[in-house]
Amino acid sequence: MEHFHTNPELNYLTNGHSLRSWLLTEDHKRIAMLYLMSVTFFFFIGGLAAAGVRYELMSPAGNMMESETYNKLFTAHGTVMVFLFLLVAIPAVLGNFLLPLMIGARDLAFPRLNLLSWYLYMAAGTCITLAMLGGGADTGWTFYTPYSSMYSNSNVSLTLLGVFLGGFSSITTGMNFVVTTHKMRAPGMTWFRLPLFVWGHYATGVIMLLGTPVVAITLLCVIFERTFQLPIYSPELGGDPVLFQHMFWFYSHPAVYIMILPAFGVISEIMTAFSRKRVFGYHMIAFSSLAIAFLGFLVWGHHMFVSSQSMYQSVIFSLITFLLAVPSAIKVWNWTATMYKGNVVLSGPMIYGIGFQGLFLVGGLTGPFLASYGNDVHLSATYFVVAHFHYVMVGGSIMGFLAGLHFWWPKMTGRLYNDTIAKWNAMLVFVGFNLTFFPQFIVGWMGMPRRYHYYYFAPEFTPYHILSTMGSSILGIGFAVPAFYLIHSLFKGEKAGDNPWNAHGLEWNTSSPPPTENFRYKVIVTDDVYDYDPVAEHENDMLAAGGKA
Amino acid sequence: MNWNLFNYPMNPPSASNFAAEHDALFYAIVGQALFFGLLTFALILWFAVKFKKGSKADRSSPQYENARMEFWWVLIPTLLGLATFFWSTKLFVDMRTPPKNAKEIFVVGKQWMWHVQHPDGVRENNTLHVPVDTDIKITMISQDVIHAFYIPAFRVQFMTVPGRYTQMWFRPTRVGKYHLFCNMYCGTQHSEMGGSVIVMSKRDYADWLAQHGQVRENLTAAQTGEKLFNKIGCGNCHGAQDLIPRGPSLRGLFGTTRETGDGRRWVADESYIRESIMRPAEKVTKGYGVTMPSYDKTFSEEDIMNLIAYIKAGAGQSIPTSTIAAAMPGIEVRDATGKAGLNSNEMQFKSERADATPTRRGKAPAVGALAVEKGDQQ
Amino acid sequence: MAHAAHGDEFEVLKFQYEDMDQQNDSYIVGMWCFLVTEIMFFGMLFLTYSFYRMNYQNDWFKAHEQLDWKLGGINTANLLFSSFLMATAVRQAQLKDRMGVLLRLGGVLVCAFVFLGIKYIEYSGKYEHHLFPGPGFAPEVSHFHGANLNHVQLFFGLYFAMTGLHGVHVLVGILVIGALAMMWVKGKKIVTEDYIPTELVGLYWHFVDIVWIFLYPLFYLMPNPSGPNSGGSH
Repeated sequence: MEHFHTNPELNYLTNGHSLRSWLLTEDHKRIAMLYLMSVTFFFFIGGLAAAGVRYELMSPAGNMMESETYNKLFTAHGTVMVFLFLLVAIPAVLGNFLLPLMIGARDLAFPRLNLLSWYLYMAAGTCITLAMLGGGADTGWTFYTPYSSMYSNSNVSLTLLGVFLGGFSSITTGMNFVVTTHKMRAPGMTWFRLPLFVWGHYATGVIMLLGTPVVAITLLCVIFERTFQLPIYSPELGGDPVLFQHMFWFYSHPAVYIMILPAFGVISEIMTAFSRKRVFGYHMIAFSSLAIAFLGFLVWGHHMFVSSQSMYQSVIFSLITFLLAVPSAIKVWNWTATMYKGNVVLSGPMIYGIGFQGLFLVGGLTGPFLASYGNDVHLSATYFVVAHFHYVMVGGSIMGFLAGLHFWWPKMTGRLYNDTIAKWNAMLVFVGFNLTFFPQFIVGWMGMPRRYHYYYFAPEFTPYHILSTMGSSILGIGFAVPAFYLIHSLFKGEKAGDNPWNAHGLEWNTSSPPPTENFRYKVIVTDDVYDYDPVAEHENDMLAAGGKA
Repeated sequence: MNWNLFNYPMNPPSASNFAAEHDALFYAIVGQALFFGLLTFALILWFAVKFKKGSKADRSSPQYENARMEFWWVLIPTLLGLATFFWSTKLFVDMRTPPKNAKEIFVVGKQWMWHVQHPDGVRENNTLHVPVDTDIKITMISQDVIHAFYIPAFRVQFMTVPGRYTQMWFRPTRVGKYHLFCNMYCGTQHSEMGGSVIVMSKRDYADWLAQHGQVRENLTAAQTGEKLFNKIGCGNCHGAQDLIPRGPSLRGLFGTTRETGDGRRWVADESYIRESIMRPAEKVTKGYGVTMPSYDKTFSEEDIMNLIAYIKAGAGQSIPTSTIAAAMPGIEVRDATGKAGLNSNEMQFKSERADATPTRRGKAPAVGALAVEKGDQQ
Repeated sequence: MAHAAHGDEFEVLKFQYEDMDQQNDSYIVGMWCFLVTEIMFFGMLFLTYSFYRMNYQNDWFKAHEQLDWKLGGINTANLLFSSFLMATAVRQAQLKDRMGVLLRLGGVLVCAFVFLGIKYIEYSGKYEHHLFPGPGFAPEVSHFHGANLNHVQLFFGLYFAMTGLHGVHVLVGILVIGALAMMWVKGKKIVTEDYIPTELVGLYWHFVDIVWIFLYPLFYLMPNPSGPNSGGSH
């Protein structure tokens, strides 16, 4: 209880300066900052691996490194990015920080569990990093058996242990989100007054609870099979290696929605705040999040159209996959309609948000190529797939993360960054991204398999790889620049004030940075969500303009 | 019309019966994606400019919910999705249903090589020679990890899984040389596991088969199977007729329905036979006991394929070459000589042609894909 | 402030909650969320089990004869009894009967140790007969009446994986129940004033019990697939 009456001079950042006050904190905002630092660290590790992969592919002969090194690099890239960055970035940083603030709670329901989740994450990161330093794993991030369980001579078990621990970090976060959304809402904060960010994170929490345990035990079985030769999938004994794929994708397809649903939430907040307008079709967006969470569990088989799964099974999976495209389409069109008749402010976060929409559109619209199994027979596991999921994961999730980070940075740190640089950087990322990944659609359509170290036997692929590598250099710069201007803002940035964007929402009603107990008054919610008034604002603008003239 | 300014290939060559329909479906989805993508992104940009804060656009009576509009933009993508789904289902079912009289070629994937075995005994590594305009069915299995047999020019791909057979089929429509890839990551030399598919005219293919007959023993798969069948002594229990109480006759077994003791029924297809060899106790035919030992460790995958070929060809009868010739209309097949003493466990996959050797790093391109492309555009 | 009205609850109420009801509700929802993850956790293994059993009915039947259904049965009765004790312990906690709770929790702990003891006897027996899968797997072939030993090995692989994972849960249960009992011994207000913590531990223990109730028939009590109608020679 000692946190409860903090000195009004102190905010969550200044309330305690010792290392201990950070490492043993139960404050969701501090844990979010711990996550932000560690996630950024792993993002750059994963990015370095990606750079290695891209530069190697610039020439068809593969003469920079050995095949083994290359395989370990793309495995490191995939494992780190998926398990240590994408699954964690938005939920554990922005979600952790904002969920209690947005619903008017003092903290998440289980703060100690939240801290445990960060330690589990760090343990996961340590295992995966140690495995990389000790030689690395070469299975790809999908760990397909029997290669991972019986053939690979690399550091697979330690990597799997890391992923396993990361799974528990994810489960505890999800449990916190679900319970907090159900039980910790301030009086007056009804379900349909929840910001869409909260809806997105609630749906994410449900997926984390239901999906993660399955992949955790599946990977544990692979560890058993590798270390104790306890057979589960071993084809030599009549086990079924394809069973692993079913179990793996049962989680790993919904995991895509763990990465993208929170980003949808972020974009809903940004589109309303910078259109100065209530979101169009609030209920449809909220329900589409739940629909995605539900349907997302029924489509895993579309990763296995060319495995040995039954043809009739494929029919069902393909059909549901097509249906799953609809809720995503609903969201994009509703955001577009939100801008209609608004007062659009093109600030840094908004440019990132618009960039998100452009890239996610491409990612989403290339989904049907793969959902349509007639085409997937050719496109499966080619660079077309690589490009598709990078458009969704990097274009969607990372752009969403950057947009959200820029939007709430003043709230989190109390400082403003240089918005002009942010805008230009958002456009740089957009261009670099398209240059990197669009050529991969073409080269995939031409039949370039993924995870190939060299392709001298198919020189017609070369120009697309060169374009892609050039783009990735631009993209790399685009990702590095925010680190500089955001850190710069911490020291030299203007004071932000409570609500620099003049946005609506409980988190903007407390000071920046917020105090440890989040609100210094008792929160009772009386107004609706996204209560903007574009007509009145426009009239004010007109008056101001008229006054000048 | 040469819209491709750099004259650089942007499409895979189209060389099979599936290519045209596959590409039509592909471009139909490209059309949809372009339409919706450009429309939506243009709207976003247009709204961003038109309704920029302070602009003079009309903002009266803004809308926040519109059930009718939501209804349409749920319905339209759903209908388009369903239409695409049905079209793609037709194509997929075609691709997954090999025609009955297709010429069957066996493929074994192993780290990091493809073994191809033609029904008349010719074997090759990392190349696949096929006659043009002939239905080809590939029956595949892996010896170690999961691989995927992928021929972009034919738009076909399927995984090879250890422990079970998978199948795919196609009909090559254009003579030429095309890429063959392993498209499921399978370890260090994954990129190496490929080569080329060579589509030949029927006459050339027959010649090619004939040349191979000169340099190596040219046994049909069924004949190799027969040798093995006799060597192991399978006939001791599985005689020519149902007279031996230990086991049923295999004569004419293939394709019939078998009933087990507890009344379950199975069609005796390749997988059934393979399972009965590897794990005899699983599906014991009604009226027989579990006496047969497992041959799990005894046979290689190629051995089993040969045995299956033998059982398919009838089992218990000497196999005339003409059955194979009948299965491949338009192709002359030389009489097999059937020399003795083939030890299938020591089978060497000698390569007779330079391009049949596994490709290695640093050598000049083994497949003149660019040349193929240019040839296509003539 | 909000909590000031609840003077008695001051020591127990965590700072993020408004009142005891909210705190207890959160704990209960949280516990059920946790149990859902546990169900998914075991669910994957049960699915794997049913898939392989469907494929290898005969061999698995012969392999299952190596398990002692009597020992398993004793353990089942033992766990059921411990679950009953746990339920009554929660009842006593509601009545704030400290001695009653402690006695029953003690009984649950004894049952849990007996369970692990019997499990140890079973495991070491299997180990001595070289039935533990892996390189040491060298069973007496004649014991399996011609079953495919590969499938026998798969059977024991899943047997050890599933009962082992369940055993780990029993072990965790012992720790948690021990900690709870210690709190009752010390008379900590968080447990004595409110039965919710005891009920949460009870929920967990019932879950562990239920898992075993599925494991026991699946591994120890299999019907003979070739049955009396079989055309087989035996």
